[in-house]
Amino acid sequence: MGEKILMKGNEAIGEAAIRAGCRFYFGYPITPQSELTAYMAKKLLKMKDAAFIQAESEIAAINMVYGAASTGARAMTSSSSPGISLKQEGISYIACSEIPCVVVNMQRGGPGLGDIQPSQGDYFQATKGGGHGDYHLIVLAPSSVQELVDLTMDAFDLADKYTNPAMILGDGLLGQMMEAVEFKEKPKVDLPDKSGWALTGCKGREHRYIVSFDLDPNVLEKWNIKIFEKYKELKEKEVKYEAVNVENADLVIVAYGIVARIAKTTVQNAKKEGINIGLIRPITLFPFPDKVIAETAEKVKKFLTVEMSMGQMVEDVKLAVNGKAEVNFYGRAGGIIPSPEEILKEVKKIFIRV
Amino acid sequence: MKKVFGRPESLTEVPFTYCPGCHHGIAHRLVAEVLDEFGVRERTIGVCPVGCSVFAYLFFNCDMICAAHGRAPATATGIKRARPDSVVFTYQGDGDLASIGTAEIVHAANRGENITVIFINNAIYGMTGGQMAPTSLVGQVTQTSPYGRDPETMGYPIKMAEMLSTLKRAVYISRVALNKPANIIKAKKSIKKAFQVQLDKKGFSMVEILSTCPTNWGLSPIEASKWLEENMIPYYPLGEFRTPEEVA
Repeated sequence: MGEKILMKGNEAIGEAAIRAGCRFYFGYPITPQSELTAYMAKKLLKMKDAAFIQAESEIAAINMVYGAASTGARAMTSSSSPGISLKQEGISYIACSEIPCVVVNMQRGGPGLGDIQPSQGDYFQATKGGGHGDYHLIVLAPSSVQELVDLTMDAFDLADKYTNPAMILGDGLLGQMMEAVEFKEKPKVDLPDKSGWALTGCKGREHRYIVSFDLDPNVLEKWNIKIFEKYKELKEKEVKYEAVNVENADLVIVAYGIVARIAKTTVQNAKKEGINIGLIRPITLFPFPDKVIAETAEKVKKFLTVEMSMGQMVEDVKLAVNGKAEVNFYGRAGGIIPSPEEILKEVKKIFIRV
Repeated sequence: MKKVFGRPESLTEVPFTYCPGCHHGIAHRLVAEVLDEFGVRERTIGVCPVGCSVFAYLFFNCDMICAAHGRAPATATGIKRARPDSVVFTYQGDGDLASIGTAEIVHAANRGENITVIFINNAIYGMTGGQMAPTSLVGQVTQTSPYGRDPETMGYPIKMAEMLSTLKRAVYISRVALNKPANIIKAKKSIKKAFQVQLDKKGFSMVEILSTCPTNWGLSPIEASKWLEENMIPYYPLGEFRTPEEVA
């Protein structure tokens, strides 16, 4: 066991990124993730062969990531909802160019300028593409500060492995809370060599270029197909989820991130009242754990998706359930965090209705 | 036989896609000759823009990346910070640099990013078919200023070289033209100076190049060069606005 340190979520992400070998960070201040930007400034400005830039905008920051990552370096940017919207064009370019990088979104209430309270309103944006064109990000949804650390490290590996941008989809609550974390030595992962595509100067080889552009629709379609082959592989190999008390449950809650953590308390409290419910917590939002949900729907006939949104992930749950069970939804928006009690109340409503 | 003229090694053999009389080809060649003369082709990474020169990645025989519209200075910043020993240049048009990418160019210059910017100012949007550029002249008729550029509602043409010269970390800033051989020779000297500044790690350098767009100006190549001489140079004076000596 390593040493446990008390850390704020946003800072823990920064430390994890540095330990994962990220030496290039470009960001712009926005609440509730600014501590991450400040942490990277504090660390990277003192490191050799590293760079921290407070960019002039979110747009510039993501395009700096594009440049640094194109040389094969591990690079990252972070923001919160409105800032992530600004980065979308750049993310689309990076996905099309097949360049690995990590983008952190500590979501806040929206739409528009919204507020600065935690939210899960960016699920669609994160998992369905977000910018223009056909692409996906690898989306990881931590539910504790420890998971912010572990999944940030995983995100860099997954991005490298699939040469695709990866996103940590957290929220303002996770970013602001302090918990004990451990920085575990990660077993060495076999990752593909970047020398086949990185821009390093053309010494000893033909010149090469990184572009997200081809006027020939036949070529561009091939690129689209190639990118989607990777997504197929991601769906086969990289799905992660946590299942709690799903066997023999009368109802299964599907929730991710901080809401899943709250829902765990609901599961425990329900048990005390003799209500047998389970929880499926997607850890990867893309690829989405639809198989386990589909299998569960063969046995459990009631689902309740709980989100801090007006209902986004619930669409993926419905697709996975595919009519085999009843899918209910409970959501709070605008930065309101649902309590375990109010979730339990929703569960009871479903049982009474039947 | 002694070879007196040939293709610079820093250009590929891919034929240019530019219109007859367009100055992009000359500008490409000058940059390539400078890279050859410094012997830095193999450690150069170029950033091309969105616009007519979007295909520059096919023409320059060095590693290249195509940035999003206006973002080349940000992308170049990321590259240079990750690989400080690489020679990094952006090649941008006036819509790219002086309109959609104003924030990126101003802040890259202000940070003194050690990159070289080649800025093609032809006072019009070429790739999209002749719309008004931020650098279009007063009265200039374009697709989107069909009655001529009216400064009352469209503002005056932006002088980027002068504007960026107010920034302390913008170490070398010049404006050149490619409308006649004498100016081309001066332009090459200036481009060379700009890259020298980068090789000496002195900071940000930019060469603004006044160029023609015969197709969208509706002029023949010769008329276009003449139009540039008579209309652009009086408004956009040639010369050096910042030099390392002045900075030091």
